Amino acid sequence: MANTQRPLSPHIQIYRWQAQMVSSIVHRATGIALAIGTVVVVCGLLKLAGGEASFNEFRRVIGSPIGMLLMLGWSWSLFYHLCNGIRHLIQDGGAGYQIAQFVRSSWLSAIGSVVLTVVVWAYVLTAGGAA
Amino acid sequence: MNTDKLVVTDRRHPIKIARGLGSAYSGVHHWWVQRVTAAALVILGIWFVILVLGLLGADYATARTTLARPWNALLMITFVLTMFWHAKLGLQVVIEDYIHTRWKEVFALVAVYFLAVIGALASVLAVLRIALTP
Repeated sequence: MANTQRPLSPHIQIYRWQAQMVSSIVHRATGIALAIGTVVVVCGLLKLAGGEASFNEFRRVIGSPIGMLLMLGWSWSLFYHLCNGIRHLIQDGGAGYQIAQFVRSSWLSAIGSVVLTVVVWAYVLTAGGAA
Repeated sequence: MNTDKLVVTDRRHPIKIARGLGSAYSGVHHWWVQRVTAAALVILGIWFVILVLGLLGADYATARTTLARPWNALLMITFVLTMFWHAKLGLQVVIEDYIHTRWKEVFALVAVYFLAVIGALASVLAVLRIALTP
């Protein structure tokens, strides 16, 4: 914490939970999760460059139950950050700041991310086969 | 000219307004680059997801020849550079917001910067090896 004795503004536990604040918090949280997930992208590329044995090892790790669970989390994080990121870009253009619009677009990001995640994993588990 | 209605609303020197760098002397550069990389990642992110989904059941040879194709290699390099740049900018804001001990803040900022650069360069090197060696 800041080494100051001045009074602090109320922190999040003071406020009632609402879509606007949750969408913002989750945007940050998924951003942090995705930043950690960049490690997997780098590993995948290095393992693919490293030859057949190393790539198969990478595939085995990703295809393991824990690997699949992490990929599920990262795929939802990606889709949420994508949907809500597009929402923020639209808002940066000055649109959608009416409270009703703001709440509706928050829910749209959340629902859109879940739909995209379900569609992608339906494809993974049927057409693609387990990694 | 009627001078009654001349009201000074901005006491900044005109040159300060012209430079547009604000109180932090860096202007909106960080904010703007975060948005430009975000817009790029909308397209590149969707491309990346489609590429990975296309390689789901693929063996090593297929994955390698797919990524070695010029357009795929080019887009992958663009993707990883943009991704690490955007991640660095985002984590920087999070660190600046939540770490209030100055030395820890600076340490975290520099660490994130170093890790982002090494991650981006390692990725580019890997893609070049895949694209340029058989």
